[in-house]
Amino acid sequence: MNGFDFIFLFVALVTLVSAFKVVTAPKLIHAALWLIVALFGVAMTYVLLNAAFLAVVQVVVYIGAIAILMIFAIMLTRKVMEDTGPQMNPNWGWAAILGAAFFAGLTWLLLKSGAEGAALPSLAADFDPIVELGQQLVSPNAYVLPFEVASVLLLAALIGAIVVAWEK
Amino acid sequence: MSNPILQISQWFEGLLLGWGLAEGFVLVLMQAIGAFVVIMVGFTTVIALIWFERKLAGRLQDRLGPNRAGPYGLFQPFADIIKMFTKEDTTPAGADKVPFNIAPVLMVASVLFIWAVIPFAASVVGTDISVGVLYIVAVGSFGIVAALMAGWSSNNKFALLGAYRAVAQMVAYEVPMVLVLLIPVLLARSMNLSDIVNAQSTWFVVIAPLAALIFLISSMAEVGRAPFDLIEAESEIVAGFHTEYSGMKFGMFYVGEFLHVWTVGALISVLFLGGWNGPGVDTYPLLGVLYFFIKTFFGYFVISWIRLSVPRIRIDQMQAFNWKFLTPLALVILMVTAVLDKSLELAGVTSLGYTLAMLAANLVIGWITIEILKKIEPTKARQEFPHRPVAVAPKPTEN
Repeated sequence: MNGFDFIFLFVALVTLVSAFKVVTAPKLIHAALWLIVALFGVAMTYVLLNAAFLAVVQVVVYIGAIAILMIFAIMLTRKVMEDTGPQMNPNWGWAAILGAAFFAGLTWLLLKSGAEGAALPSLAADFDPIVELGQQLVSPNAYVLPFEVASVLLLAALIGAIVVAWEK
Repeated sequence: MSNPILQISQWFEGLLLGWGLAEGFVLVLMQAIGAFVVIMVGFTTVIALIWFERKLAGRLQDRLGPNRAGPYGLFQPFADIIKMFTKEDTTPAGADKVPFNIAPVLMVASVLFIWAVIPFAASVVGTDISVGVLYIVAVGSFGIVAALMAGWSSNNKFALLGAYRAVAQMVAYEVPMVLVLLIPVLLARSMNLSDIVNAQSTWFVVIAPLAALIFLISSMAEVGRAPFDLIEAESEIVAGFHTEYSGMKFGMFYVGEFLHVWTVGALISVLFLGGWNGPGVDTYPLLGVLYFFIKTFFGYFVISWIRLSVPRIRIDQMQAFNWKFLTPLALVILMVTAVLDKSLELAGVTSLGYTLAMLAANLVIGWITIEILKKIEPTKARQEFPHRPVAVAPKPTEN
């Protein structure tokens, strides 16, 4: 086991433990804070895979925007300051079965791919993931259509927000 | 002796390898030492800056400032630090202990993270990552989380109100800041901070003055200093999200704020004022560090100057200024800069023509903005009060 494996195991452990804490923490606000740790752990995993851009976007979008909004939403709920109340709802059994099936499926897929124990493929020294990503996003042969559709959707949401907030 | 810092690090690395330590371990150790040195440079500069800012505040507000401890009050920050360390560390009843204690650390860390990517000179860079600008935006969001954690865990309504205000302000002003951060990226064709500095044979403040101005304003709001210090308005909400903190935990918020201003100065220096560029850096690369710090200090001085000159704004003014003025303006200059940049490149103009065209476009946008602002009369009738002097100075007697 080399240093890379050690760091990966540490990051994975932190991510899993905090993800577990998200669902078991009695206070909603603690669950949200644990969620931030879990999301940060995912960002660290991206860094380990040489995907710096994805890692940084993960932090900007998930921690900088979504987690903050979640905490705001939690502060507006009734149970923000108390620990009481059931943590499970009646559907917990279905959720457990689905979760177990999903985990088993992923494990089976990973084992079937035969990539276990394989070394990370090395990248060329002048390989810049951002340049690649940018060109793929605007290239007609690649992802220009999904990119533009997403842009139009966001623009529509922006205009919708203005219309909703407009003083009659 | 063109680059002593690199030579020292190479010598030390050679020494450690000579002792028979593993190569990977030495690499990690060197990185850790580098990070430690950068953090210590940041912290020690802040000690000097606190003294400087208090002296400057004294000058601008017609008083003396610290003048008792040592010559010119130079030892005042050290006395303050000793006081901070010896104060009782209190935790309010009902506080959420773990977030309460993590928040100050996270606040300082969110600022120190930025120093990892700042190029001090051509070869003195902590980490030369390709997504530098986006990284700066990303680590800034930890500051928002820290403010929220501090305000919520204090079990104090004023702290919580302060946290709400802080988050509302930080999230809102992130929008124009990110938009204008795209302009240096667009002009340099790279998100790497070293590439951005290298691309500034003409400083970007000349090519994109409006972007530099919006960056200055929105960064001041991110830091939360006057005129944007309504997040800790003492006349309304005691001290905002750090109301319940005492001793060194309060000290960390305080140091974090000064360090943040100093960091904003460094970012202005790198993104708009040419970073370490200056006369003679090609022969003596280490001279770049000096230029970098002079420009950083200039940015710091301007922010302090504004802070000490203008009063606090209200919360509705803060939001209206951001969403109705800064964000549309940032969108317009981003689009104009992008279109103009490409068309000038296709037209094949010289570097001087490019600079002049960009400057002219910025001036036109600025002029149109001012004309529009003049047209829009305040819709609500302003209440006028008759001028009532509180005290009238006696007329000077003629001799």
